[in-house]
Order: sequence, then C-alpha cells, then structure tokens
Amino acid sequence: MRVESFWHGARGVLRTQAFRIVLIYVFVFAISATVLVGFTYWNTERALDAQTDEIIEAEIVGLTEQYQRMGVRGLADVIASRSMQRGAGSLYLLADNLGRVIAGNLDEWPQSVTRDGSFIEFDYQRRVQGDLVSRRARGKAFSLIGGEFGLLVARDVYERHLTRQLFTTTLPWSVGMMLLFGLIGGALISRNMLRRLDSINRTSAEIVAGDFSRRVPVTGTDDEFDELAENLNHMLDRTERLMKGMREVADSVAHDLRTPLNRLRNRLEEMQRRLDPQSAYADDIESTIAETDRLIATFNALLLIAEADSGAARGAMTAIDLSAVVADVAELYAPLAEEKGIALVVRPAGVATIEGNRSLISQALANLIDNAIKYLPEGGRVEVGVGETPAGVDLMVADSGPGIPEEDRARVLERFVRLESSRNSPGTGLGLSLVAAVVRLHEARLTLADNAPGLKATISFPRPMLRPQKRSE
Amino acid sequence: MRILVVEDDLEAQRYLVNGLKEAGHVVDDAADGDIGLTLALSRPYDVAIIDRMLPKLDGLHVVAEMREHGNNMPVLFLSALSEVDDRVKGLKAGGDDYLTKPYAFVELLARIDALMRRRSPSSVKTKLSVGDLELDLLTRTATRNAQAIDLQPREFRLLEYLMRHAGQVVTRTMLLESVWEYHFDPQTNVIDVHISRLRAKIDKGFEVPLLQTVRGAGYMIRAR
Repeated sequence: MRVESFWHGARGVLRTQAFRIVLIYVFVFAISATVLVGFTYWNTERALDAQTDEIIEAEIVGLTEQYQRMGVRGLADVIASRSMQRGAGSLYLLADNLGRVIAGNLDEWPQSVTRDGSFIEFDYQRRVQGDLVSRRARGKAFSLIGGEFGLLVARDVYERHLTRQLFTTTLPWSVGMMLLFGLIGGALISRNMLRRLDSINRTSAEIVAGDFSRRVPVTGTDDEFDELAENLNHMLDRTERLMKGMREVADSVAHDLRTPLNRLRNRLEEMQRRLDPQSAYADDIESTIAETDRLIATFNALLLIAEADSGAARGAMTAIDLSAVVADVAELYAPLAEEKGIALVVRPAGVATIEGNRSLISQALANLIDNAIKYLPEGGRVEVGVGETPAGVDLMVADSGPGIPEEDRARVLERFVRLESSRNSPGTGLGLSLVAAVVRLHEARLTLADNAPGLKATISFPRPMLRPQKRSE
Repeated sequence: MRILVVEDDLEAQRYLVNGLKEAGHVVDDAADGDIGLTLALSRPYDVAIIDRMLPKLDGLHVVAEMREHGNNMPVLFLSALSEVDDRVKGLKAGGDDYLTKPYAFVELLARIDALMRRRSPSSVKTKLSVGDLELDLLTRTATRNAQAIDLQPREFRLLEYLMRHAGQVVTRTMLLESVWEYHFDPQTNVIDVHISRLRAKIDKGFEVPLLQTVRGAGYMIRAR
C-alpha cells in the first residue's frame, strides 16, 4: 500500500512541469560545467607540455653543440655530468644501437621510445629510496651517426600524469553527483509545487462536486501560489455571493408570487364553498380554479427548473440504482399506457448505479414517458431501458410515435416551446425543459434521435468515479 | 378537534380559520412564532398548522422547540418557499407533513385528518377491514367476502393506505407521496387509472362498492 502510494506520488512528481524544467536545467548545467572544466584542464595541460617541450628543446640545443664540438665522447661526458645534478628533473640517456647504456640517468632504453625525433610520453623505472618505481616522462629521442648511437632527452612528468589520472577518474563522478543532486533537488521542488497545486485541484474538484463553501488553503508564505490561492478564493467568494443572490431572488420570487396566488386560490375556493352549486357562476368558478391551478403548475415547474440549474439540488445527490428508478416510474405509468392501448416495455437490466437526485430523475423520466404516451396513437409502443456504456450509464426512452423533426429537436428543450402539432395538448410546455435542466444538474448528456419511426431520448449519465473527486494520496 | 393555526399572512389566516371552523373544528390562531409556541406549549391541540416563515420565531424553530419540550403534537408545515430541500428541512425539524402554497383546501383538510388519525394508538394492527373486505398485513393477502383477491405489491400498498384511512378523504397527492414516494405532480393523472384498476379488483361483482371517488378531492374507502 505504502509502496504503491510512493510510486503513485513519484509518477506524479515526474509528470510535473517543474520537474521537467529542473531536469533540463540540470542537464544543460552538467554539460556546460563538463565542457568548462575539461577545456580549462586541456589548456593547462597544453601550456605545461609546451613548457616541458621548451626546456627539452633547449637541452637538446646545448647537447647538440657539445656533440658537434667534441663528438660522442664529449657528449657522453656532458650527459654524465648533467645526470649528476639532482632535482633538476631532466632525464638523459645515450645508448648504442644494441641498447647498451653509455651515459645518462636512465637504467635502460625504454621499449616504447623510437629514435625519430618526435615528442612522446613513456614510462620508465626509477629507484626511490631503494624501491623500483614506475614513472612517467615526456621527451625526444634521436639517432646519432647514422643510427650507431641513440640519444634520449626527457623530463619527468609524473606529477602532471597523476593530476590527469585524478582528473579523468573524478570528472565523471562529479558530473554524476551533480546530476543526482540536481534530480533530488528537482524532485523536492516539484513535490512542493505539486503539493500546493494538489490542494488547489482538490478544492476545485470539491467545489465542482457541489461544496461551494470550500476555499483554497493559503500557507502564509506570501509566494506566487499564495497569490494564486488568494485570487481564486476571491473569485470563489464573488461567485458564491452571486449564486446565493440568485437563490435568494428565486426564493423571494417564490415567496412573493406564492403568497398572492395562495390568497387568490383561497378566495376562489371560499366563493365556491358559499355558492349554491346550482348557481350560474358555479361552472365559471370551477374553470377559474382550474386555470389558477395551471398557472401554479407552470410557476412550480419554472421554479424547479431554476432550482435544478442553480445547483441547489446538488446536495441531495446519493448513489441510486437507475434500473430501480426506471422500474418504479414504469410501474406508475403501466396502467395508463395499458388503458390507452400502448405497450410500455421495460428492457430488463442489472443494477446500474449513478450518483443523482432520485426525485428529480424520476420526474424527468416521468415527463419523458408521459410525453411519449400523450403523443402516441393506440397500438403504439414505448420502450424504456438502462444500459451500461464505457462512459457511464444510459437511460433511454424510445417510442414509435410521430417523433420530432430533426430541425426542431434542439428547440423543444427550450422553455415553453411547443411544436405546432401539439399546441392543443394539455401540459405546461416545460416538461422537456425540466428534463434538460435535470440532465445539466447531473452533468449528463441528452440526445434526441430518430427511432425510425418515433423519438429516442437518451440521457447519458457519467459513471460515479468519473465525476471529479478527491485525488487519492 | 382542536387546531392551532400559526400564520402571519392575515388574509390567509382568516381564510384558514374560517374554512376549518366550517369543517367543524375548534381553531386558535397566532400571527407570529412566539405566540404560536406559547399556545402550542400551554394548550392541548390535536394538530398544528404552522407557516414555515414567521416573524419573531421561524416556523422550523417553533417546531424544534416544541419537540425539545417533549410536545409531539402533529405539525403540518405550510411553505411559500421553493421546494427541493425545504421539505427535507421541515421534516427534519420535526414536522409531520409539508404542504406548499398555494394549496387546495381539500388537500389541507385531508392531510390534517390523516395527521390526527395517526395519533390514535391502535396503529399496530395485523389486519385491516372495511365491511367485508379484509387485508392481512402479515400474509399480504386480501379477501372480500371470504373470496381471495389477487393484488400486485403496489396495489396492496395502495389498498393498505386507503384502508388505514378508511372513512377519510385521501387525495391523489397523498397517495403519490405515501404509496409511490414521489413528491412531484405527474402531468397526466396516473393515480386515477391505478384506482380504477384496484376498484375493478375489489368492487367488481359485489353489490356494495367500497372505493368511492370524492369529487374535487380524491378517494375514500368505507363501508356504507
């Protein structure tokens, strides 16, 4: 569990923009540092080599003079005397073509050295306090008198050699360590950023899910994240105030219209009670009451749509089984359908859980079935079904009725729109608008399609876990 | 029956009081929450009708206070607020029923009758009977004149509700709320069709019809 959550966290860190930026920065830094250090070293070494070579060239010039003046013997003397000078760091060797040492401070002719007059580096043995030590030297060797003798002039570069060895083994390690520290630093920075972003994301998801009282936490460090959080919170305060204001308006509109409507209906009923049933006005009052009730029904439907749209009903969302909702509503309408000679068929389905408001979904479904039955001729067929899809759960109501022409399908979802063909049927003209509002409340999708013949209305609910929710830590 | 009406809209209050008196009840009235609570706590009423929004003390608080004082008289809330979670709030605060304004007076009367009936202690019954119609709540069977009647589960619940309120008017909305647990108004009157089916099962072939339609109000089951 812990390991899993660690990997989950690590993957989260790797995906962040901050980590990517740090990664790129670390690589660029490592490469430029390597180039810089390498170039400096290479230049230093070159300068040191040039210095060594200069000394050797000068020695050679001196020795050449001696050789020209006094021949091989004279040269051997000079070499012998120069070899005696301790600590000068120069190495000499005069040998014959069999490799026998004639003069100099090297014990034998180094194997790798050829007498072609070019600068080379070679290893030689030297006795230091009785021990034989292998050391590194740089120098030049020539042939004298047509190859009969060989002269080697060199300088010990053991110190420089050690430095170079140290450098070439240390540099990769340093670069590796730099990368490692860079990555750790990057991970820490992005984890920190991720944590802050996470809290913002979580709060946003909770607000989308309906809890508008949530605010993004401010850490008090006064950094740019705090600034972002404060701005977001400020925006949320404003939106909440606006939403609250809208709800208050809806509430006071409800209250201020219901009170006079209530008095109106009360008075009509009082008149009806006091009137002699045989009176000529009895019918008028009855139809006036019926008209008032239609007004009230329309008003209630509008209010309910406004409420569904304001998100006030989001608090009442629970896990519900759509199949059970369908079975219940279909059962309510079954006798009505049968009486009208219409087959109301429920396609069997298993448990299909969504998150929703049972009452509003039932009402939306009732409106769809009611509409279908209302416009179907005798012998028609209404089919209701629930189906799991990859994206969630579909609720479908299909009928064999006259259908809705394609160009009118979007329009019928608007408030009060009634098609010419149905203008004389009873109803508020808000049935489908309420369906659309319920669909919006549930973040679902409503599609009206041709059932060939008839209308097929499908509400596609998102799967509960697909709804924005808390990120698992 | 003694009824307490707490309503701040005086016109609506006058109408309510008159209507209830005409129906044969004894009515006290109050125009704000304070007086309403004092009356509710000091006098025995069979039922209280309380507006949701009241001056001085809100209707929800009146009922909450009553319940806190151990007073469990049935309460019907009247509300002019928008519906969705208001009903839940009202019932949570201790209300027994909830009616949105504007309402039909017959609806109100039927509901307070039902509320008063609920108080009677004989609610733990295993058998209900109206005339020669019997409903066994344990075996879930119905018989009339010793003749078994085959009922669907929902028809059984419908008949049970009607028989529990035998002799009282039961409105369509009450049936929809209690038997189907829906709090909305279906555009077509689907309840009527359910009732006529039930009627065909329990009354067809018998001399005395038990299930009657009360014009402009709803239905009633009773033995003549």
